[in-house]
Amino acid sequence: MDSLQKLEAHSVYILREAYRSFKSLCMLWSIGKDSTVLLWLARKAFFSHVPIPLVHIDTHFKIPEMITYRDALARQWHLNMIYGENTAAIDAKQTFPDGNIERLQCCKFLKSEALRHTLSGEWPRYRLNHTSGNYEPDTNREPYTGVIVGVRADEEGSRSKERYFSPRDKYSEWNIGDQPPEFWNQFKTDFAPGTHVRIHPLLDWTELNIWEYIEREKIPMTSLYYDQGDGRRYRSLGCYPCTTPVASTARTPADIIKELKTGKFANIAERAGRAQDKEDAGGLETLRREGYM
Amino acid sequence: MKRQHMTVVIVGHVDHGKSTVIGRLLADTGSLPEGKLEQVKATCARNAKPFEYAFLLDALKDERSQGITIDTARCFFTTAKREYIILDAPGHIEFLKNMVTGASRAETAILVIDAKQGIQENSRRHGMVVSMIGVKRIIVLVNKMDLVHFDADAFERVKAEYGRFLHEIDVQPIAFIPVSAFYGENLIAASAKMPWYKGRPLLEELDTLTVKEQPVNLPFRLPVHDIYKFTENNDDRRIIAGTIETGKIKAGDAVTFYPSGKKSHVKSIEEFNAPARRTAQSGESVGFTLTDELYLKPGEIMALAADLPPQTSVRFKANIFWVGHAPLVEDKTYKLKLGTAQVPVKLVAIVRILDARDLSSTASQKSVNRHDVATCILETTRPIAYDLAQDIETLSRFVIVDHFEITGGGIIIEALSEGASTLHDHVSAREKQWVSGPVSAAERTLAYGHKGKFIVITGSDAAQNSTIARLLEKELFRHACKAYYLNMANLNSGLGAESGEVPDTAEEEIRLLGELGRVLTDAGQILITDLNRHDAYDIEKLKALLQPFEVFIIQAGPHTTDARLTITSTETPTEAVARICRLLKDDAILMDYNL
Ligand SMILES: Nc1nc2c(ncn2[C@@H]2O[C@H](COP(=O)(O)OP(=O)(O)O)[C@@H](O)[C@H]2O)c(=O)[nH]1
Repeated sequence: MDSLQKLEAHSVYILREAYRSFKSLCMLWSIGKDSTVLLWLARKAFFSHVPIPLVHIDTHFKIPEMITYRDALARQWHLNMIYGENTAAIDAKQTFPDGNIERLQCCKFLKSEALRHTLSGEWPRYRLNHTSGNYEPDTNREPYTGVIVGVRADEEGSRSKERYFSPRDKYSEWNIGDQPPEFWNQFKTDFAPGTHVRIHPLLDWTELNIWEYIEREKIPMTSLYYDQGDGRRYRSLGCYPCTTPVASTARTPADIIKELKTGKFANIAERAGRAQDKEDAGGLETLRREGYM
Repeated sequence: MKRQHMTVVIVGHVDHGKSTVIGRLLADTGSLPEGKLEQVKATCARNAKPFEYAFLLDALKDERSQGITIDTARCFFTTAKREYIILDAPGHIEFLKNMVTGASRAETAILVIDAKQGIQENSRRHGMVVSMIGVKRIIVLVNKMDLVHFDADAFERVKAEYGRFLHEIDVQPIAFIPVSAFYGENLIAASAKMPWYKGRPLLEELDTLTVKEQPVNLPFRLPVHDIYKFTENNDDRRIIAGTIETGKIKAGDAVTFYPSGKKSHVKSIEEFNAPARRTAQSGESVGFTLTDELYLKPGEIMALAADLPPQTSVRFKANIFWVGHAPLVEDKTYKLKLGTAQVPVKLVAIVRILDARDLSSTASQKSVNRHDVATCILETTRPIAYDLAQDIETLSRFVIVDHFEITGGGIIIEALSEGASTLHDHVSAREKQWVSGPVSAAERTLAYGHKGKFIVITGSDAAQNSTIARLLEKELFRHACKAYYLNMANLNSGLGAESGEVPDTAEEEIRLLGELGRVLTDAGQILITDLNRHDAYDIEKLKALLQPFEVFIIQAGPHTTDARLTITSTETPTEAVARICRLLKDDAILMDYNL
């Protein structure tokens, strides 16, 4: 087995362990390359099926192609697709693009809080009705006790301390100082009422691994990752007011792999195009501890 | 080209230089983000603090405030040969569990010992745990050679002493390397300061190691992770999913599941988005369909019928390390997770506790405390399948869960016979102490017109079992028998309600039912209940608990235990009940005049 096959097998194992251990389980799908690879790995784990609901947090500022792509795949792969949002903040224009709050505060409102309340079931969840093609309020308001997330350890500092199965308390707090042990393939699958567990099947993958896998498996990605002729492409996807493309003429996964291997981005952080990462060194970590991915 | 990677864990006593080794490796292989090193150095200079490589690794605020590495961070670096993932493990005693977390994913361990301070408690403890966790390749760095003037004798002294210790715990180190991590001596390139050292520098030593191959030559073992039947899009496959631990298999092979002993043949190997294939081997997470529709539970081990079978027992001897805040004690039920199996487990006895200070054993201790390494005897409440560490190591590994937390881990080194299980001990002790009232069983039989009996109706069809059980109660009662139907739900919400957090409810149910059944049979009652989610082993246990009485088992449906009576699907409940009553008469449980 080569490295990619090993990574795949391990991720599949983690997904199956999660599916077996958590009655109320969901998977976050940001529409980006990592969580889309994760979705593909779920199809591997469950033999083409995806028996886990996919949750997307819609900030209303996502690049429009992302939403189109999300719904197209959801239909094609029969996904149990759910989205949540911070309606109050959006309606009250309490956002950075509206010019009313700081950037990180905006991330907190539109992502962290929307996520936390969507997962807990306190705020409405909208579910894709495959017959009508519309999103309708979901009747299931059960809190999700297991949440599968596509973070990678190589992305940035704070994520490199994660566990495959990482418990959060009632307030989605992450206690970095006291993480459960993980021996061999045994993870924390027992949890006290009121707590939930974040599950990270992609922890050992690198950006290069992700693209090599996309290439090998021919996983459909949103075109935003590829140069459409103007010499620019996105390396990391987010909200359009806070995400800038990188200069690149890569048009296919193979081009991107070549680009990554030549070390073009060797010294530039993958999320460098994501403005919120630059605000302050500990900002992202604070956000993360509050539940942002 | 196949790219390889190798995972390395760095362990050792606090302050012996682990972070410095990592920082220096990252810096000298050009694996740091541009300007990072300079930036950290500048920050140190600004704050008039001496520069430390540890600062470089301190990505987290939390960690900075504590001043010690508290978790298994991952760093990546690449050499011409391969990609390395370094797991930084902490040296502080409080954080053994994180070290183990790191070590359990590593293929190679680098153990750092301060040349000046010499071997400390955690130098030994980490060496021991790392080897127990399964890292057999250990490189020992004798660090801070600059502090002992790069003296060969100082190096040889540490090497001799630690070498002796490793020998005692049966570990052959790959190399001892004298280094000065802070100054980069003998890490990337051979050191000019230590010409007397003829071995390789660290990086070269790492690069010469071969990545562990997947163990395909061992017997085939697949811990059954789950059984899937997703019906969407008319998918009618029933797939046994799992990750192959060892060996290889092909479609058509005869397989046996352990501990149930069920047998079948592999019909197909299943995978999504991959060309159809007939074989699969260790490391792969695949799926299988079988030629028979077996009722299987996750946790069984699938093996080739032709191969050496795994061990199955309830009792075994294991080496364990404990990281729980509360000690591991006898008379408490924990949860054991081995492969994909999860069963309740108890500590039966402590054989010895290894004291990291001098490796002497203390058998007098009654509990295994936090950070102890011990040899123990454990017993599960039902048989589990496993292999011994010396045979197939990965299938000898287990963890113990105490109150939602993983608190220990270990490897099984010996299977013990079931003869002296705690259940049998319990029953014989109970019977020895049993105090009977003045009314004898014979007097009761005469008065009631029947003997006491515990009747269990079992089978996979819950509705059918319950219909028969209820009808039987009515029929016997109509004939003036002291018959009583007990629904399991009543037992759980009543007697069982106070049991609190029980690792396995099925297990606890059987215990309650067995104890209650024994009392009521003695009281001359005919107690009827129906069981449907319990297996042959549960029934065996119930039988044991009911001693000195016998359980009257009625099996509905195809699965056969050693039932007194089997009810076929064509029989009506009335017919079934009539047959049961006839049999009760034949067995002289009901007196003739009664029916
Ligand atoms: N003189 C000298 N000091 C060293 C060397 N390696 C590490 N140190 C120092 O030893 C201290 C502890 O090192 P560190 O890497 O933080 O130890 P850890 O706790 O094992 O990670 C720090 O002050 C280092 O600068 C070395 O080779 N020579």
